[in-house]
Amino acid sequence: MIGELLTTGVGVVLITLFGIIAGLFLMGVDRICAARMQMRQGPPLTQPFTDIRKLLCKDSIVPANAIPSLFNAAPIVAFASAVTVLFYLPLGSILPVGTPLPMVGEYGDLILIMYLLTVPALAMVAGGFASGSPYASVGAQREMVTMIAYEFPLAIAIVAIAWRLAVAGLVMPFSVNTLAAHPIWTVVGPVGIIGCILLLIVLAWVTPAELSRIPCDTPEAETELCGGLLVEYSGRNLALFSLSMAAKLVAMAGLAVLLFFPWNLSPVLGLSGVMATGVDLVFFLLKVIVVMFFSVSLVRVVMARFRINTVVSLYWGWLTTIGLIGMLLIILDGSFLFGGCFS
Amino acid sequence: MSQKKAPYELPIGPIHPALKEPINFTFQMNGEVIEKVDFAPGRAHRGIEWMGMRRNPVQILHLCDRICGICGVAHALVFAQAVEQIADIEVPDRAYYVRTIIAEFERIQSHILWAGVAAHELGFDTLFYLAWQIREESVDVIEYITGNRVNYGIMMLGGTRRDITADMFPRLEQALRYYEGLLEKMVNLFLNDKTIAMRCKNTGILTKRRALELATVGPTSRASGLAMDVRIDSPYAAYGDLDFDIVLPDVYDSEGNGDVYDRIIVRIFEIKQSIDIIRQCMKQMPEGPVLAEEKYAKLLMNLKKASGEAFARVEAPRGEDMHYVRMNGKQEAPEMWKVKASTYSNQMAWVEILQGEQIADIPIIVASIDPCMSCTDRVAVVGQDGSAGIMTKEHLHRLSVRKTRRLQS
Repeated sequence: MIGELLTTGVGVVLITLFGIIAGLFLMGVDRICAARMQMRQGPPLTQPFTDIRKLLCKDSIVPANAIPSLFNAAPIVAFASAVTVLFYLPLGSILPVGTPLPMVGEYGDLILIMYLLTVPALAMVAGGFASGSPYASVGAQREMVTMIAYEFPLAIAIVAIAWRLAVAGLVMPFSVNTLAAHPIWTVVGPVGIIGCILLLIVLAWVTPAELSRIPCDTPEAETELCGGLLVEYSGRNLALFSLSMAAKLVAMAGLAVLLFFPWNLSPVLGLSGVMATGVDLVFFLLKVIVVMFFSVSLVRVVMARFRINTVVSLYWGWLTTIGLIGMLLIILDGSFLFGGCFS
Repeated sequence: MSQKKAPYELPIGPIHPALKEPINFTFQMNGEVIEKVDFAPGRAHRGIEWMGMRRNPVQILHLCDRICGICGVAHALVFAQAVEQIADIEVPDRAYYVRTIIAEFERIQSHILWAGVAAHELGFDTLFYLAWQIREESVDVIEYITGNRVNYGIMMLGGTRRDITADMFPRLEQALRYYEGLLEKMVNLFLNDKTIAMRCKNTGILTKRRALELATVGPTSRASGLAMDVRIDSPYAAYGDLDFDIVLPDVYDSEGNGDVYDRIIVRIFEIKQSIDIIRQCMKQMPEGPVLAEEKYAKLLMNLKKASGEAFARVEAPRGEDMHYVRMNGKQEAPEMWKVKASTYSNQMAWVEILQGEQIADIPIIVASIDPCMSCTDRVAVVGQDGSAGIMTKEHLHRLSVRKTRRLQS
């Protein structure tokens, strides 16, 4: 019992550290990629780490008309929930259930991940309203609207894939382990592959909204709301929000990797043990970087910021339609064409 | 959140990322929609006129360079024209051409600078970096001609301080070719981009009628379809000898309803027009000196004796700049110097074009008239306890009557 608790404790600390370091590293990669595409040199890879270190040294100012308890609690909740998502995601060949990290038991699945992903955003909304600034209030309202907008297409993508896995005869289709062991592409037939590509597009578009990046950074909107939700945050609180953003970046990209690219490198190379775990972790990071490049860096470089009503019509109109078409194709694939199904 | 009263008040400014210079907006908001707009300029008042009226005209000329950081030559040029009118200084023809060339290069750099700012306000930072990188070339050429990148210091009463000789033409031509090559790309990037069109079309509409009633000037008025340009309406410098047309939004297949998109069109195509004007100037430039009176002491003597008053107008990149100068022949410093910058005429359009728009569009609409607050701010009312007072119309009227009496006596 004690030994198990200890393992879980060490695992939590390790994953948290990994989430922070990988997230900040990804942010650095993102900034360099964006800078190069904009004909700039860009900051060094260590810049996000330096920023966080500096923020941690600074005072946390609480505005006079803020609600201090809520205002200070929001960043902690956001950070904790963003890191918690990582406990339930497979990082390379480190699966969340079973050894070597038994901290989450057998309870976590995709539904839980979906809910956990909304918690940092909700914490930011609460923090924004608690700031007592009109900019933060407008930002918080926008964040809520954005959340309502992107949750539906995200749910479509996840449910469609899980349903197809269930049809293929797999038990616990929402389980992360099932998804990691059976890549969706090997399960579906040709029609389903088209459906999966459509769902991949939907997920790629949900990512910038989930992470509040251009073109969906309306809740923060530097030129309009000078940071919106985060306008009153400073010092340690802001550092926690930045860290939760970093962890969320890993989580979102990790989710896309889990759903669509769960392959590992170690079986191909015939490795085992610690070596395999290391190689797979590096490969996982590579996949995450590729996903992030296409759904975050590239998009934010080639687009202007949307208005909030455009965000809603884009996600509810276009992406929901694309998602539903993708879902329909997968249903067709699962109901009539059993091609490619080898379970 | 607790006191949910609609409309609520949203202050923007005096310092805000949407604003490049201090100005204070107060919006009455209903959700994301603007119901009422109010703004208070006067946050960048530097007392330039006050400083000027204690200096001689040559000193003021260089002060004029510093009225605006972007259109440095426009204010110097318009002041020079006013003083030349009073003192009957005959400006050599070549100087007119040099003035025109530098003014047009300034227009190019100002419009590209604006394009970059507009892209940034829309959240399109890639375009912002691109625009400002392109802008470097015009600033380099300006430095090549005048020796300075920002405050050029090339104007002089009675001409210019430096000549543009024939051996400098290849460098100028190189810059013009550079911009010609990029023009198509810029049109494509700014006018064919989906997100920009989505954000700018039908945003911040200023109808032709309202543009006329609000006495807007420059690209702002031209985007609304008003064919007015000081360079054509009352030619100064060498513009009378040159062949060019007023740029209206219909040059690029637009209905011309006076939205932000039309303002982008007008500015981008004015870059093309400026290239054309500079080419013509280089071709037609007559030989001769560029300065009427080389000896400063003699020039200052003549200026001290000069008396009279004059208005001069110049089409700055942002619109019409106007200076009023009055000299009494007794003192070196002018008795009266009044600067009217283009934003002074355009700023009232804000109240009109921001109404009914969304918060998201505030930055781009505010930027769309290319405001320059440090040019515009001529007064700041501050009470002895530091509070900002508001002047009523009657009070201002009384003050102006008193000032007119003082000038007449």
